[in-house]
Amino acid sequence: MWSFAVKRTGTTAVTLLAASVIIFAFIHVVPGDPIYVLLGDTATSDQIDALRHQLGLDQPIIVQYLHWAGQALAGNLGRSIFFQAPVLSVIADGAETSTLLALITIVWVALIGVPIGMVAAVRHGTWLDQGLSGAAMLMASVPTFWVGLYLILIFAATLGWLPSSGYPSIFDGGLGNLRYLLLPSLTLAAPNAALILRLTRASMLDVSREDYVRTARAKGIRPWQVVRRHILRNALLTVVSAFGFTFAALLSEAVVTETVFALPGIGRLVVQSILRRDYPVIQGVILVIVVIYLVTNLIVDLSYRFLDPRVELQ
Amino acid sequence: MSRANIATWLAPFFARPIALAGLCVLVAMVVAAIFAPSLAPYDPYAIHPMIRLMPPDAAHWFGTDQYGRDTLSRAIYSARMALLIGSGVVFFALITGIPVGVFSALFPRLGHVLMRMVDVLMAFPSLLLALGLIVILGPSAANSILAIGAGYMTTTTRIIYGLTLRLRAETYVEASRSMGSGTIWLVVKHILPNLISPLLVQASFVFAFAQLGAASLDFLGLGAPPDIPSWGNMLAESRTFITRAPWLLTFPGMMIVLTAFSLNLVGDALRDRLDPRFRQVFGGEG
Amino acid sequence: MLSVRNLSVSLGPETAPVDIVSDVSFGIRKREILGLVGESGCGKSITSLAVMGLLPQPGPRIRTGRITLAGADVTQLQPWQRVEAGHGHIAMIFQEPMTSLNPVRRVGDQIAEAVRVHDGIRGAAALARARELLDMVRIPDAALQLSAYPHQLSGGQRQRIIIAIALACRPQVLIADEPTTALDVTIQIQILGLLRELCNRLEMSILFITHDMGVIAQLADRVAVMYAGRIVETAAVDDLFGYPGHHYTRGLMDCMPARNLGVRRLPTIPGQAPQPGTIAAGCAFAPRCEAVREVCRVAPPPRLRVSEEHEALCAFPLNGGRPA
Repeated sequence: MWSFAVKRTGTTAVTLLAASVIIFAFIHVVPGDPIYVLLGDTATSDQIDALRHQLGLDQPIIVQYLHWAGQALAGNLGRSIFFQAPVLSVIADGAETSTLLALITIVWVALIGVPIGMVAAVRHGTWLDQGLSGAAMLMASVPTFWVGLYLILIFAATLGWLPSSGYPSIFDGGLGNLRYLLLPSLTLAAPNAALILRLTRASMLDVSREDYVRTARAKGIRPWQVVRRHILRNALLTVVSAFGFTFAALLSEAVVTETVFALPGIGRLVVQSILRRDYPVIQGVILVIVVIYLVTNLIVDLSYRFLDPRVELQ
Repeated sequence: MSRANIATWLAPFFARPIALAGLCVLVAMVVAAIFAPSLAPYDPYAIHPMIRLMPPDAAHWFGTDQYGRDTLSRAIYSARMALLIGSGVVFFALITGIPVGVFSALFPRLGHVLMRMVDVLMAFPSLLLALGLIVILGPSAANSILAIGAGYMTTTTRIIYGLTLRLRAETYVEASRSMGSGTIWLVVKHILPNLISPLLVQASFVFAFAQLGAASLDFLGLGAPPDIPSWGNMLAESRTFITRAPWLLTFPGMMIVLTAFSLNLVGDALRDRLDPRFRQVFGGEG
Repeated sequence: MLSVRNLSVSLGPETAPVDIVSDVSFGIRKREILGLVGESGCGKSITSLAVMGLLPQPGPRIRTGRITLAGADVTQLQPWQRVEAGHGHIAMIFQEPMTSLNPVRRVGDQIAEAVRVHDGIRGAAALARARELLDMVRIPDAALQLSAYPHQLSGGQRQRIIIAIALACRPQVLIADEPTTALDVTIQIQILGLLRELCNRLEMSILFITHDMGVIAQLADRVAVMYAGRIVETAAVDDLFGYPGHHYTRGLMDCMPARNLGVRRLPTIPGQAPQPGTIAAGCAFAPRCEAVREVCRVAPPPRLRVSEEHEALCAFPLNGGRPA
């Protein structure tokens, strides 16, 4: 099992390395002199000279990359043009919002998608199943920001039950402030829950066709026991690994959702930085998100081992 | 295409009426896009300050926006953008995915390297990748195609890779190879024809999700320029007025949902018709 | 013990069903092994699943017929319903031992699960009984194997586990659907021997399904031959091999390698078995029968008696025949 873990971690590290090269190249590929890209148009000549020296832009590109990578590992991701502050601290400011949003959303996705998917699978072929599957496909066809805007229209603007924008920290105002994340998390959760629903359903149907499920039925145990003891565990393996991918989709789509709800998170930071041409921040956020995504997938893959005793033979 | 072929392609739609409805919607959309100038009651760009923000009525079925432009006409013209982006993304995904996927499967050593590169690209969540590319290339409709296409290029390549591997293992391919057929011949005669059905399914889904991606980019102001009619742009503009003019929110959104949903239905119906071996590659739904 | 009467299983819409098993009838006595033999696709597996109550849903369904187990009608009941009604003493073992066990649960648990259902005991008592069953199927080191996972066992061992699970149901009838086809010949002999022994010891009846006439010759007491969803001949095994009544059976035996030692080319039956729903009026085997006559193509064949307990579904059976 350890050799599997080591191999898998190694693969992740290599992928991360390759991705980091691409992210590093970002600054150099963006139109314009890298110096102005990093400092903005209003840079003073002193700043320019300092940065030029610091980055060693006359050095071969490999050295520049190594320098950047080293700095990144140490936590120095550059300096935001707009905020005139270290990129990492700017990102960290948005971390609380985005993390909470992601966590709450994942909970919705799991609570809604998995059980309903199971119901649809168990009632395979009935009107209920067709209705649920159709509804899921419909939900997956809806743009998240539209759901968000509609939720704002109904619950915030018309009914006034929930706030439509912003997010004061729970550390300032207490857990009650989580209600600011209710609509955004539901918005983000909708299409993802739909996909997880369909995946759960498909996975359960596939497993229910396996020979060992037939053996289980032949024993004479009741249908719901067959589902619980034989189908679920195997079907959920696929679903669990899909959560890793879902997490990445969440990180992406949060960009739009945070914009719609004006949440002070990393997603909105990216969009604003793009509009403000704050390239160091853009680069920093992409790097952070890619790292999170790869690490999350690694954890999911490794936890597979505890769920599936066959994996140790690989 | 012979009559028998067309019949087999259409069969899954008659089995499932809702998929047929989806197909009809798509056909209607294509027609609307092509004949937009004749179908739209008003000029989508014409500004009429006197009738700004009017709710839907007999003269303006979808109401008017903050510049007095007819929402219905803009929505119809937006179908063009939707079609353009969708086709562009699908085309891009296929044009890159087919060569890379097929040759990776046929030449394992090269394939190993190429697939690892695809893996690296997949480390970037798709919208983030799109945003990054937009930053580098600049916001425009054409660049939206490339930006969104890059995200689907990876999944399409993997799917084609998987399909070709399966096809390669087919005995007749082995037999053909042993008779000394060249690789190009092999690809053209044996592999590509078998890829058509699964790729059609993949194309439907990519087209569907490209709509959502394009709408998101437009909404963020990073896609097509704001005055060009597109559903995403219309939604972006509606944001300030959602309480005063909710119809500006409703109709463009419904169009996006209708399009994406229809495409998904069509893709599903086509997938059910696929050879079960291929269905697995898509994560078949029993 | 087990009686199947006029069983028909069909596919397709209610208004236009297509029979894949048509009017099948047979019976098995206590301690008797009935071999159900036929080529792939003839409907023997579906028949066995129907008898067991395991037809996949949605899918083929029993259109007509009656299945009686020890006098009780269990026709449309699934296994769990049979257990609830007290008629659950029938078990089945399958063809693919490699995939017939749940990969993420220990083998002992899987046997104990069946024990819990049929004996009503739990926990340690159930595991103890599971051990007993493992001994019964000749698995060495039973205690150790209880905590093994299926992927740690060989094909032959897995099949024995599956037999153990079947035995936990205290079956009066055991259905064995080609249990040795996927195994090595040496293991095959062991498993067949085990089944024969269990049949005697436990007074169990066995419905043994196979396409291998050689296995039938070794193991079965009586044989039913199936073709195109119909039973075309039933007889005691010696009678069947000695003087077959149906032309299809004759053809099958002529093709047996054991009967063709030294022959360069194995004889075959020309043509192919018909697809369900494409059988025209008359005898299903008519297109391929070497003794076919005009009336065979037109009228459905009668069930004629060839001799004591020996019937053939043929208008002109070999070796004479009187109305059954």
